[in-house]
Amino acid sequence: MKYVYDLHKSMRNENLILVYEGEFTQEITKSVLAMAERNMDSMGEESTVKRKVFNVMVECLQNIVKHGEGYKVENEYDYNAVFMIGKKGDEYIIASGNPLENNDIAGLRERLDKVNSLDKDGLKQLYKEIIKNTTISDKGGAGLGFVDMARKSGSKLEYDFVEMEGGKSFFSLKTTIGRN
Amino acid sequence: MEIIHLEGTEDTPKIILDKSNGIFEISGRSLPEDSAEFYQPVLDWLEAYAKDPNTTSEFVFKLEYFNTASSKLILDVLSKIEEVDNAKVHWYFHEDDEDMEEAGEEFSELVEVSFEFSTY
Repeated sequence: MKYVYDLHKSMRNENLILVYEGEFTQEITKSVLAMAERNMDSMGEESTVKRKVFNVMVECLQNIVKHGEGYKVENEYDYNAVFMIGKKGDEYIIASGNPLENNDIAGLRERLDKVNSLDKDGLKQLYKEIIKNTTISDKGGAGLGFVDMARKSGSKLEYDFVEMEGGKSFFSLKTTIGRN
Repeated sequence: MEIIHLEGTEDTPKIILDKSNGIFEISGRSLPEDSAEFYQPVLDWLEAYAKDPNTTSEFVFKLEYFNTASSKLILDVLSKIEEVDNAKVHWYFHEDDEDMEEAGEEFSELVEVSFEFSTY
């Protein structure tokens, strides 16, 4: 049973205030959002910060609901996703991880690098360009999630791919939101 | 015309489209699982309304939060409002919510409809 204590300690050490591992659905998204909101309320967080954190959380969670879906059926792989919120000093950290097909990496990397290469005005232009021309995909996305996360957080999106077996990789994404 | 009156939930906005009382409002939170499906009846309603609108129509947007998939649909809603003669948009935002103010400004640059901004 030591793992319980170990997990508790790691969460404390990493300043994680909420971790969810498992299947992601719209219902789970709503529950996680409600918990995080209550958490920020109990810490007396300012509404401007709460809104930004909420914003980034929604895009992050719905990305997993929409794009994590296709990867959990095959064979007996049980590739659940993970989502966490941490608070370190004056920053909130929202991180998520989910498996995806190796074929999807190049496109994803390109979009993230593009978003990270732009400043505030560049992101605004990109947002307007996408929203004018986009149509909602089969998966229900508008292709605006990363741009919005970068705009609302005011920081670069950190990401990483770790190779898994069976032609899949684990995609980790981290967004930092300053409180000032 | 039929009235659309949806109560808001934790992930869908309150919507009132009432021609006879001249009330047109979208308010609250919008992060539905399927934004296209959720907004389709609103788009259909506006298309029908544009064919025989009231003398003037004020569309109130008082959104607390919307996700990116909803933002695309809100632009679609605004594009339908663009087709309504003598329509205007009244965009409300919380007084300390700069992002919602900016979102309204961006929408106003994307459609040919007059916008009025107010805080609440």
